[in-house]
Amino acid sequence: MDIATITLCEAADGLRKKAFSSVELTRALLAAIEKKDGGLDAYLSVDAEGALRQAAAADAARAGGADGELLGVPVAVKDLINVEGQPCTCASKILEGYTSAYDATVSAKLRAAGAIFAGRTNLDEFAMGSSTEGSAFKVTRNPHDPTRVPGGSSGGSAAAVAGGEAIAALGTDTGGSIRQPASFCGCVGLKPSYGRVSRYGVTAYASSLDQVGTLTKTVEDAAVLLRTLAGCDPHDGTTLPAPVPDYRAELTDGLKGLRIGLPREYYIDGTDPEVMAGVRRAVDGCAKAGAEVVEVSLPHTEYAIAVYYIVATAEASANLARFDGVRYGHRTAKPESVFDLYAKSRAEGFGTEVKRRIILGTYVLSSGYYDAYYGRAQKVRTLIRRDYEEAFKACDVLMTPVAPTAAYRIGETCDDPLKMYLGDIFTVPANLAGLCGVSVPCGKTAAGLPIGLQVLGPSLGEAAILRAARAVEDLREGNGL
Amino acid sequence: MSQTIDVAYVAELARLDLSAEEKVAFQRQLETIVRYVEKIGELDIAGIEPTLHGQALCNVFREDVVVPSAERERFLANAPDRNGFEFKLPKIVEDA
Repeated sequence: MDIATITLCEAADGLRKKAFSSVELTRALLAAIEKKDGGLDAYLSVDAEGALRQAAAADAARAGGADGELLGVPVAVKDLINVEGQPCTCASKILEGYTSAYDATVSAKLRAAGAIFAGRTNLDEFAMGSSTEGSAFKVTRNPHDPTRVPGGSSGGSAAAVAGGEAIAALGTDTGGSIRQPASFCGCVGLKPSYGRVSRYGVTAYASSLDQVGTLTKTVEDAAVLLRTLAGCDPHDGTTLPAPVPDYRAELTDGLKGLRIGLPREYYIDGTDPEVMAGVRRAVDGCAKAGAEVVEVSLPHTEYAIAVYYIVATAEASANLARFDGVRYGHRTAKPESVFDLYAKSRAEGFGTEVKRRIILGTYVLSSGYYDAYYGRAQKVRTLIRRDYEEAFKACDVLMTPVAPTAAYRIGETCDDPLKMYLGDIFTVPANLAGLCGVSVPCGKTAAGLPIGLQVLGPSLGEAAILRAARAVEDLREGNGL
Repeated sequence: MSQTIDVAYVAELARLDLSAEEKVAFQRQLETIVRYVEKIGELDIAGIEPTLHGQALCNVFREDVVVPSAERERFLANAPDRNGFEFKLPKIVEDA
């Protein structure tokens, strides 16, 4: 077993064949974290004792005849998804010392499947950011170049998977927070359709956009995890009552007959030429392998970032109102009144980017501005959604870059929030339209930095995007894309 | 639409104390961001329905059945200050 490269499916296979036990697998993983995380800073906390206890229980269950793809496999969890008894800081000082009182639905599903919760990964505070530099606790580094960011906000999960410190990880994606770090770190990042996976027990950022997904070493691993995570949840009224297919079984159907759309507005100047060349090579490879490639248009793409930063900050300002120092989280030392307690606890607990978004969100919702900003943004959101509905009449999936650049240097965008926001241009529209998307590695730059290809599908189109992403993986292995 | 943002007033609405430096920095950054997002004003949106969510589900109901909730102590364990099974806060009403 090579713990640095082992996939979830390989781990499951090894456990089934008794090549190693879950305790051995978990020990090896904990040793890898111990050895490497001083350099990567992917984890905010590691529960070695708890993980080994769960591993022993998984081994005992297997000895008693239990089986399952996740039984005894350690999974890392982004530190804003609740796992009972573990910390959940959201990388914010306001939740320092908080212990989860219950399992998120995704955690409960993983627990029921026998997965092991080894540790909590770093993120931009409350998932607000694209570089993980916004964490209140530490800066995670890109495993391919420690002077560069891992992307974000699920940067800890992506760095842990790509850096050999996690077999697979959970993340969340509100505007690209799974797909972009997967692209920067060279792993597979799946954002399911809005409503495919429950968000119960996941700290809300922007409720009309948030979705839980996975960061894995392979597309097959993403397919296996999604089957466990997906489905309707009585605790989350936005989950879709649609059956959950066996995504893994449909992976190997290949590209024959698949129609790939290239949105004109995504293939524009301004994207790094090396990134664009990598994406083009992957698309050409798919065409040679039997896919049909068509050009499509998404005319309202240029408005997506504006709509996103109105809708997301408005919803964030409402969601983060719960952090008031009353029932949990940081409370200021000597409040003069209850209102003073709210305002000072929040001032002391939140970091700069979170404050900036709360202020922007409060402003766009405030009396006299609501119609011009939030109300109008929701109507433009309809136009963006319609663009995709129209495009998916001509194709089954879309292929685009994930981000305009490969991983940038730590510190590069810190002083200019708008510059960082504009980097989300290719990922944000999928959240606005409720689509599913996956980021799959499609090559490297001359400097050795991973390039990600984004495959987008319509709502509940996960089987098609995973099948296409798997084909890109095969091309990469076949001819060194 | 474009005008000066009264950051101090918005911060009061948000119940969020800001330092003098934060007010100055946010003023400049938010005006830049707001100028940018105002590009949505270019579009004709007459007759367009708003999209409120990623999916068009509405009125999701469950059976009205009583189920046990998690034990109280687990939630109170995270309280910054408590009095038995109550959350403790500074006095809201002034003495007469």
